[in-house]
Amino acid sequence: MNEGNRIVAEANGGLSIRPMDQFEVRPLFGGDTVGMFTITNVTLWMALTVLAVTLLMVVGARGRALVPTRGQSVAEMAYGFIYKMIEDVTGRDGLRYFPYIMTIFMFVLFANLLGLIPWAFTTTSHFAVTAVLALAVFITVTVLGFVINGASFLRLFWVDSAPLALRPILALIELISYFVRPVSHSIRLAGAMMAGHAVAKVFAGFAAALGVAFFIPVLAVTALYALELLVAVIQAYVFTILTCVYLKDALHPHH
Amino acid sequence: MMEGDIAEMGKFIGVGLTAIGMGGAAIGVGNIAGNFLSGALRNPGAAAGQTAMLFIGIAFAEALGIFSFLVALLLMFAV
Repeated sequence: MNEGNRIVAEANGGLSIRPMDQFEVRPLFGGDTVGMFTITNVTLWMALTVLAVTLLMVVGARGRALVPTRGQSVAEMAYGFIYKMIEDVTGRDGLRYFPYIMTIFMFVLFANLLGLIPWAFTTTSHFAVTAVLALAVFITVTVLGFVINGASFLRLFWVDSAPLALRPILALIELISYFVRPVSHSIRLAGAMMAGHAVAKVFAGFAAALGVAFFIPVLAVTALYALELLVAVIQAYVFTILTCVYLKDALHPHH
Repeated sequence: MMEGDIAEMGKFIGVGLTAIGMGGAAIGVGNIAGNFLSGALRNPGAAAGQTAMLFIGIAFAEALGIFSFLVALLLMFAV
């Protein structure tokens, strides 16, 4: 809401909930300008995400015990989960790219989950962050497709099973849908994260406005928080499985 | 008492209209989940292997709803 709206809304005695303020990028150490190398709250929470993933995967699994500790069993569960996902979606030859996909999954999952801590910053709610992740996947997969299959990678767009007259039209549609992939891939994650947090903020604002009856929105926020926890995990899962699907297209471009 | 200009009004009407897009995504996601469930109840043995396809389908359908949500956000906060 711009400044004029806000003043009008407040003058009319309405609610002044500003759900988008939580996504503001601010420099950590004073100043107002955000330059290329400014340390911002996004930088901090991305560093914390990397730290959390490192703690779980390196320190947590260090013991390599036969009977795993709690940390080790969580690390093993994540490993086995991604291993099986790649095997199911991409096929066994996709397992060569396991480290990359595991990295993406752990980073997105922890960024989503850390963002749910009150007063935390959700780095994945920013299109800039998810767009970099999605573009990296897009470029990797496209280059990989051409390196592995050569020019026959273009057969991805030539649907053999369709009637000949339809194939050029289908090729055009497939081409467009191929280039929309990084857009939808990134906007899905950022949009879902942003929407959830904004809704939680709006409900929390109701609690402040209602006074004595504050417990109704608080209950709603609690339920919403549980849902957000589910969404955080599912969006990380979806982001990773779509990476696997795109990778499958690069490895086996024939329909 | 009415205040503000007509462009502001159009903006809010537009934001309201984007909610229709989210409703469409809701229908799509419900369709996928419902059909998955009816298929899974007929053949529970095959259901576990298809959950990945379920989530991929839901993700694709949901993305379009999020696109309309994005349009709403752009109208509200960026235009």
